[in-house]
Amino acid sequence: MALLEVKNLKTSFFTDAGEVKAVNDVSFTLDRGKVLGIVGESGSGKSVTAYSIMQILAGTGKIVGGSIKLDGQELVGAGEKVMKNVRGNKISIIFQDPMTSLNPTYTIGKQLMEAILLHTDRNKKEAYDRAVEMLRLVNVNEPEKRMKQYPYEFSGGMRQRVMIAMALACEPDILIADEPTTALDVTIQAQILELMGSLQEELGMAIIMITHDLGVVAQICDEVIVMYAGSICEQGTADEIFYNPCHEYTKGLMRSIPTADTAGTKLRPITGTPIDLLNMPKGCPFAPRCDNAMKICIKHRADRMEINENHAASCWVNVKKGLDSGEIELDTEGGDDLG
Amino acid sequence: MTLAENKTLIEVKHLKEYFDISTGMFRSKPLKAVDDVSFSITKGETLGLVGESGCGKTTVGRTLLHLYKPTGGEIWYDGKQVKTKKDIKEFRKKATMVFQDPYSSLNPRMTVSDIIGEPLDVHKLTSNKKERMERILELMDYVGLNSEHAARYAHEFSGGQRQRIGIARSLAVNPDFIVCDEPVSALDVSIQAQVINMFDELQEKLGLTYLFIAHDLLVVRHISDRIAVMYLGRMVELADAEEIYNKPLHPYSQSLLSAVPVPDPKIARTNKRIVLTGDIPSPLNAPSGCPFRTRCRYACDKCAESMPEFKEVSTGHFVACHRVDEINS
Repeated sequence: MALLEVKNLKTSFFTDAGEVKAVNDVSFTLDRGKVLGIVGESGSGKSVTAYSIMQILAGTGKIVGGSIKLDGQELVGAGEKVMKNVRGNKISIIFQDPMTSLNPTYTIGKQLMEAILLHTDRNKKEAYDRAVEMLRLVNVNEPEKRMKQYPYEFSGGMRQRVMIAMALACEPDILIADEPTTALDVTIQAQILELMGSLQEELGMAIIMITHDLGVVAQICDEVIVMYAGSICEQGTADEIFYNPCHEYTKGLMRSIPTADTAGTKLRPITGTPIDLLNMPKGCPFAPRCDNAMKICIKHRADRMEINENHAASCWVNVKKGLDSGEIELDTEGGDDLG
Repeated sequence: MTLAENKTLIEVKHLKEYFDISTGMFRSKPLKAVDDVSFSITKGETLGLVGESGCGKTTVGRTLLHLYKPTGGEIWYDGKQVKTKKDIKEFRKKATMVFQDPYSSLNPRMTVSDIIGEPLDVHKLTSNKKERMERILELMDYVGLNSEHAARYAHEFSGGQRQRIGIARSLAVNPDFIVCDEPVSALDVSIQAQVINMFDELQEKLGLTYLFIAHDLLVVRHISDRIAVMYLGRMVELADAEEIYNKPLHPYSQSLLSAVPVPDPKIARTNKRIVLTGDIPSPLNAPSGCPFRTRCRYACDKCAESMPEFKEVSTGHFVACHRVDEINS
């Protein structure tokens, strides 16, 4: 059985301007010890997916459908009591900005011990020892001295290490990392990614890595989900997504990244601007920006289609390709729209 | 990009910028944000400036435009030194800046046409309203903004479009030289590529020269002809873009480049990263000698004693490292 099973998850924000479907019919599974990457641009719903799993949505946000099963236990509608036991204990989260996610008025030690005291039956002395041990695990020098210090005395990379220590203190099964290195410099990012990789091997937890940086994904993820406008447009193993992208949006993203080969040439960006979630079109949400959009893309949204056992995408272009090469045949009318 | 005229447009000699930081009543300590930085930029060229936060790359850009008064050193533009108030005013018609944050660098109470038109008014570049409006529309056309947008306010635009407004503003005075301070780091990948292409096109069309400051090394390599690497207020390496990527000589450049996540799983898995230990030291308590020695794998006694000279090791390739020959042999 998969460790985490998310099925047809729908989360909406109810604003004065109307309902914003931030996550629209998202399904995936996560096995023990795997690293799953969720990529997408701002507003694609990748963070909201994570917050829905933790059920820490802002006031106007609500899960409106679907199911989230952790080890077979249903979390949607399970109530605050169950969730309190899940958060921190079974699923932990680290946030993007290490500057604002620590309380500036408490010492690092107090904040670390709080999580341990809350979730385990350790006493104060044991919690202190555990906190020191965790700081040592994430390579913080002189942990005893650091325990007494305040967040302002830590650099960005050090604070992110403290956040990781805090998240791992109760040995969760799943660590959700919401853009953990975006606010950090590349050399510090390399340290943190290295640390996360080695801790993952050591402790055997699963990681959900939310990022917009395809380089980070390539480095540590086993599986990848690409999101656009609240839906999954493509998912598969990292190799499949990078070497055989089958959704026009993913292909566009790959082309947009400058590499060794693009120096001195023009990049081929995705045209247009991201979609307004309040005015979603009927068909494929990416169709207005897609170079290869066909009539059918504007009329109907493509369902999830299996490319192979490790790879699925929701894109009509694949159907067109299959038809052209004779791999698939249509048994109904409607082939006109594919052009 | 062809360097048809091999003419030096910008020359910076021993630039220093110290900020006084108060350390108690009547006491202060200089924070050496930029210390003894020299470089030159040829007409039509793009010089990339990279480094981690706090290394002084933004301060170089701002001091270069006299947004901060330099503590020491000289700035030369087109063969003339920029020194007096009058020089600076003239210089600012030729050199402008694009800022990092498209959200805070546009006045929310001004319409797009007023934002773009402000430099025209300041420098009195247009003689009447009609001419001013025509110029504004021409600038908006350069950066791919619709003329209907002229009467709107900044908050009505997305990040990418705001950055276009900022670029149109910087083009208003018809400059030769633009300091681009992290112009794409706040944008999504798909939008980032559009803006990078626009910088390329504008350079070809208007013959612009750029100082392109960024921390995203993939973007810098794509756009730059030459690249300079800074660490703790000092320039540690300067070379051709391809040369510095294929054969970095300074230990800091080597680890910086190896730390860049490559968007290719097979390469990323086998890549040998040189992971630096520790954090960048505070510029208030910079180490003696070479600023990088506290994190350097090759540091020796000599590195603590004296600052290595920024010297040319092969044509156009400058490095500041005592042990550059030993390390790379």
